[in-house]
Amino acid sequence: MSSTPRIVEVRQNILKRNDEVARELRQRFQQAGVYVVSLVSSPGSGKTTFLEKTLTLLAHQYRTAVLVGDLATNNDAARLARSHVPVRQITTGTLCHLEAAMVESALEEWSLTDLDLLFVENVGNLVCPASYDLGENLRVVLFSVTEGEDKPLKYPPILHSADMAIVTKIDLSQAATFDGDTFYRNLRAVRPGMTVMEVSAKTGKGMYQWLNYITAILGPTQGQVFGPEGRK
Amino acid sequence: MHELSIALSILALAEDESKRRGGARVEAIYLKIGVLSGVAKAALLSVFQLATERSEYETCRLVIEDIPISGYCSKCQSEKPIHSLQCLQCTNCGNAISEVLHGRELELSALELV
Repeated sequence: MSSTPRIVEVRQNILKRNDEVARELRQRFQQAGVYVVSLVSSPGSGKTTFLEKTLTLLAHQYRTAVLVGDLATNNDAARLARSHVPVRQITTGTLCHLEAAMVESALEEWSLTDLDLLFVENVGNLVCPASYDLGENLRVVLFSVTEGEDKPLKYPPILHSADMAIVTKIDLSQAATFDGDTFYRNLRAVRPGMTVMEVSAKTGKGMYQWLNYITAILGPTQGQVFGPEGRK
Repeated sequence: MHELSIALSILALAEDESKRRGGARVEAIYLKIGVLSGVAKAALLSVFQLATERSEYETCRLVIEDIPISGYCSKCQSEKPIHSLQCLQCTNCGNAISEVLHGRELELSALELV
């Protein structure tokens, strides 16, 4: 028996298992005709309020459901359930991000073919969710004006894992002395060409642009067969 | 702080690979970690030590190669290094880079087996 060390090439993605589950999920979503949007942001940037407003405006048009990740409470799930769409809570315990397998098990007993649109609200965290594919079609990163202009510079990986950015709480821009030019310069320096929208879920300002974006992807009426555009 | 999850995934992967090769002892694990992967090297090294304490992996070394960010520059028409994560410009011509080619790696590249 030789005790000489030997190097063997492996070349495997460390998150191979997560990526495999995410790939399977994406396939299931596509087969069932459900479009999946995930939301990531730091805690308190307004994901739940943004989602509540979105549900109020979209849920009559599309068969919509929500999965919401939270470390310990079901407060967000309870808030979202007021929108009268199916909501399922994923309690992550001490885990600071959602993984594909959590999404998979949260979907058990749900018939995906009964849905057009599924939102997945990640745990409030701008670091860890960047590494985990959840099988979604669209990942949206949210930044609130109260967080300042340099958030994009501090969190490049999450910006690169997302497909688009939404600036929230723009009704507070003045009070927060938010400098939009600096924010956009920072964001474009980290991620040139990224789609960005500005909204206030509280006043409704800018929400139409976001809704048009989703409607353009899903098609205007319930049950319509969606085209390939906008899908991953 | 998801480095513990990452460390456990690395150990599971290393274990699978060593089993496939007749249960050889793993002396070292070689990783490639991109600057855009979202994993902090220092944190990973320290949790790896914690995760392997008093196990057969206690003496196993974790060797990490940092992978810098690079992208396709449409002006230079080739892969070029990028200035920094905070300035996604081609280091050669200053053009803004929208297509990242390297830097997302989170890979177990090799194992040293005995």
